[in-house]
Amino acid sequence: MEYEATIGLEVHCQLATATKLFCGCTTLFAQEPNSQTCPVCLGHPGVLPVLNHKALQLAIKAGLAIGCDIKLFSKFDRKNYFYPDSPKAYQITQYDQPYALNGSIVITNKGKEKTLRLERIHIEEDAGKLIHSEYGSGSLVDLNRAGTPLIEIVSKPDMVNSDEAYLYLVQLKQILKYNGVSDCEMQEGSLRCDANVSVKPVGQTKYGTRVEIKNLNSFRYVQQAIDYEIVRQIAAIKEGKSIVQETRLWDVNLARTEPMRSKEGAHDYRYFPEPDLPCVLLEQKEVDEINSTVAEHPLHRKNRLVTQYELSEYDAIQLTEEKEIVDYFENAALKFNKPKEIANWILNDILSYLNNKNLKIVDFPISLDDMVELWSLIENNTINKKIAREKVFQAMLETKQKPSLIIEKEGLAGKNDIGEIRVWVEEVIAKNPKAVEDIKAGKEKARGSIVGQVMKASKGLANPQIVNELIDQILK
Amino acid sequence: MIDFYRVSASEIAKNVKSGDWSATDVAKQYLDRINKINPSLNAFINLHDEIMEVAQKVDEKRKAGKPLGKLAGVPVAVKDNMCEKGKLTTSCSKVLKGYKPPYNATVIDKLLDADAIPMGKTNMDEFAMGSSNETSIYGPVNNPYDKDRIPGGSSGGSAAAIAAGLVPLALGSDTGGSIRQPASLCGIAGIKPTNGRVSRYGLMAYSSSLDQIGPFARNINDTALMLEVISGFDLKDSTSINTPVPEYTAQKATSLKGTRIGVPRALLKDGLEIDVKNAIEKNAIENLKALGAEIVDIELPHAKYGIAAYYLVATAEASSNLGRYDGIHYGYRSENIKDLASVYTNSRSEGFGREVKRRIILGTFSLSSGYYDQYYNKATKVRRLILNDYLEAFKKADVILTPTSPCCAFKKGEKSADPIQMYLSDIYTVCNNLSGLPGISVNCGVSSIGLPIGMQLTGKAFGEGELCKVVSAFESATNYHQITPNI
Repeated sequence: MEYEATIGLEVHCQLATATKLFCGCTTLFAQEPNSQTCPVCLGHPGVLPVLNHKALQLAIKAGLAIGCDIKLFSKFDRKNYFYPDSPKAYQITQYDQPYALNGSIVITNKGKEKTLRLERIHIEEDAGKLIHSEYGSGSLVDLNRAGTPLIEIVSKPDMVNSDEAYLYLVQLKQILKYNGVSDCEMQEGSLRCDANVSVKPVGQTKYGTRVEIKNLNSFRYVQQAIDYEIVRQIAAIKEGKSIVQETRLWDVNLARTEPMRSKEGAHDYRYFPEPDLPCVLLEQKEVDEINSTVAEHPLHRKNRLVTQYELSEYDAIQLTEEKEIVDYFENAALKFNKPKEIANWILNDILSYLNNKNLKIVDFPISLDDMVELWSLIENNTINKKIAREKVFQAMLETKQKPSLIIEKEGLAGKNDIGEIRVWVEEVIAKNPKAVEDIKAGKEKARGSIVGQVMKASKGLANPQIVNELIDQILK
Repeated sequence: MIDFYRVSASEIAKNVKSGDWSATDVAKQYLDRINKINPSLNAFINLHDEIMEVAQKVDEKRKAGKPLGKLAGVPVAVKDNMCEKGKLTTSCSKVLKGYKPPYNATVIDKLLDADAIPMGKTNMDEFAMGSSNETSIYGPVNNPYDKDRIPGGSSGGSAAAIAAGLVPLALGSDTGGSIRQPASLCGIAGIKPTNGRVSRYGLMAYSSSLDQIGPFARNINDTALMLEVISGFDLKDSTSINTPVPEYTAQKATSLKGTRIGVPRALLKDGLEIDVKNAIEKNAIENLKALGAEIVDIELPHAKYGIAAYYLVATAEASSNLGRYDGIHYGYRSENIKDLASVYTNSRSEGFGREVKRRIILGTFSLSSGYYDQYYNKATKVRRLILNDYLEAFKKADVILTPTSPCCAFKKGEKSADPIQMYLSDIYTVCNNLSGLPGISVNCGVSSIGLPIGMQLTGKAFGEGELCKVVSAFESATNYHQITPNI
C-alpha cells in the first residue's frame, strides 16, 4: 500500500516589541540572567498583568499580513502547568477565542503554486529558560525571556511533504520580517517551530495518528525531522505497529526523532479565562489603521518588479528576499533610471560586500547618492564599468569618498580620445599578426586577446566600445 | 493625655495636620496599647520596626510646612495578604515563610501618600480561605467580645484590631465576605467596594475575579475616609475601573426620606439565628423606617445558588493563583526533595494548610478537562443570573438590606470540623462578590449574650456613596456603632 503524509506546523514567533507582554521589562536578548525582570514577570504574589498594546498591534499586523480575519473580540486564558521556567505556574495565552483566524501562505514548489491555509494565530507569553549548567547537578532558571510576547501561528494540516513545510516557513518568515513583526532569528529563539506529522494510506480521508516534533532549531532540521518521521511512521505501520500519539524531539546529532521522556502528553492544562485581564475589544478603525501600515506582500512586490522594471524573475526573487534590499532597489530606481543595472550592482557587488562583512543593507557604508553618482559616471562614459567595480567602488568602501574625487585623485577617468586609443590598438595589432589572422578568419575569440592587451596598455582606462570599433575599422 | 484610641481617625488626622497632636505621640500610644492588648487577641502577627520613624517623618513634614494627607498620623493595620516592600507578608501561610515582597501594593502606596502610619500585619485565615480565622499558621484570633470565640474571617485580625481599639483604621480583603462577616462578628463597620473600585495590585490573589480590598473602622465617617484614600483607577490593575472617586466622607444624611430599602424577605425566613433575625427586623428595619426610609419587599431568586457558585469560582481561580507557591522561586521549600516533582509535591504538601489544600483540590477538579462546562462555566452563568436579580431589585430599591452573617461569633473549633457549615456563614455575603456589587456591614445590635450583630447593605455598582449616606443616617439615630467590648 502507498502512504501519504499530512503535516501541520505551529510557529512561535517573538514580537519585536521593546518591552514584555504584561510588564515594562525589556526584551533584550543575551543579557545577564534574571537582569531583565520585575515582580510581574517573576510571578511574585499579588502582581497583575497589563497588556502591552504595542504587542497587540504587532500581532494584528502579522495577522493582516497573512490574510487572517481579525476578531474584534478576543480574550486571554490561563494554561496551568508546573515547570520552573514558568514562575506563575500558568501561561497567559489565548485558548478558545484567539484574535486571528484563517489566512493563508502561498508557496511555489517546483514551479507550481499551492495555498497553505492557516488555522489561527494567538498571542501568548514566553517562558523563561532553564540552564542545565556547569554548577553541579542542579538547573538554573533565567527569567529574562519570561513574559516576552509571542504569537503562535497554527497552520491547517495542508502540507504533504517536507519541501512544502520548508517553503511555508520561508514564506512566513519573509512576511513577518517584511512587516517588522519579528526579527525571526531561529538561533536566538525568536522563531521556533513544532511540526505535527501523520501518515495515512493514499486517498484515505481520515488522518493518521499525529506525532508532534519539537526542538527544531532551523528550517533544515524541520525538513529533516519531517522526512525522518514520515519514513519512521510508514515503516512502523508496515510492520503492523500502531503510531502512538506523542511528542518527539529531534536529535540533531543522531539525526532522528526520539520520544520525549516526560509525561508532557498527559497534561491537563485546565484552561480558564484569565480573570486579571479584561477581554480584548478592538475597534474596526484601529484594525483598519494597522492594515494601512501592512507592507506590500513580498510575492506581489516580486511580480511588480518583473512588470514595472522588466527584471528577470530570478533577479526579482533575489531582490525581494529582504524588504530592506528591495526598498533600496526601488529608492535607487527613483534616482537612476536603469533598473537592470541597479539590480546587477545590488545582487553582485553590494550584496557580496555585505555578506562578506556580515552586514545588513541598512549598514551599507556608501550613501545612495554616491552610488547614483558612480552609476551616472559609468553611464556617461567617464569611467568604464570594470574600473568602476574593481577600483572606484572598492575605494569608496574604504575611504567613503565621492566617486568623482576618487577618479580624479587616482586618475581613473576613462580614455575616450580616439586618437590616443588608436595608438594602443595599432601597436597591439602590429605585435599580434596571428591573432589578426584568426579574427579575419572569423575566429571572434581572438578578438578578446587583442582587446585585453589594449586595455592592459591603457591601464584599463580605454573605453572598450571605442577599442572594439577601432579594431573593426583597422582590420576592415 | 488624650486617649487616642478612643477618638476617630478623622479627628487624629485633623489634629496632626493642625499640629495640635503629634503623629509620634499618637503612634507611641497605639504601639503601647497594641503591645499590651494584642497578646490576648493575636490580631497583629507582625509589627513594623520603624513605626516611630515613619511617624516622626510625618511630624517633620508638617513642621517643614508641607501639606499632610488625609490620614495624617493615623495608625493603620494591614491584612497579611497585602504586599509591603521589604516587610514580612505571608498570607498567614507556611508556604510564604520568610517572604518579604520586593514591592508595595498600590493600597500601601496610597496609605503612605496619605501620611498614614502602617503599624504592622494582621492575622487572617491562610490565603483568606476561611470564615473564622482559624486556618492561620499564626493561630486563631480571639474575638474581643469573647475570647473563646472567633472574630470571623478571613480578615479576622484587622476586624479584631479595630474592635479592640488597637488601630482606628485597617485594611481587609473580601472574596466572599471576608471583610463584612468579621466586621459583623466584631461589631464594627467594613466595606467591600465594587469590584474594580480599589486596585488589587499587590493583594496576594485568592480568587482574582472576586477579591476586593476594603476598609474597616468603628464608624462610617472613618470607613468612608479610608475608602476615599484607597479607591481609584490603577494602571497596574487592568480590572480596576476608571471612574471618579466621590468624596465618600461628604455623603451624609440625617433623614432617609425618599430612600427605598429593599428587603429580600425569603432570605430571612430560616437558617439564621433568632437574635440576628430580631436585630434586623427590630433594630435595623424599624430605625431605618423611623428615619423616613421606605421598606420594600424584593426577591433575589438565584441567591440560593450563591454558595455553590462561589465555591466553584473561588476554588478554581485559587487552584491557579496558588500554583506559584511551588518551592522554586521564593517562600518555603521542603527539605525532603530528590527531584523536581518532589520539590513541588513536598513543598506544597508541607507548606499549605488543610483548608487551602481542600480548596486547591476542589478547584483543580472543577477545571479539569471534561468538567469545565458543568462547573466553572456553569458557575459563571449563575453569577450573571445573580447580578440580574440585583439589577431587577434595584428598579424598586436604592439599597438592599440583609443580615451580614446568619449567626453571631461562634466558639473556636465549633465549625472547623464541618466545612459545609463553615461555608454557610457566607450565605449573605458571597452574592456581592459574585455580582461585583458593593456591600457594607455595620453593627445593629447585640445578641442575648452580648455578641455583636451586623446588618449588610448592598448598593448599586459604584454606589458606595449611597451606602455611606444611609449608614451615616442610621448612626445619627442609633448608637450601635458606639458599643465597644470590655478589654
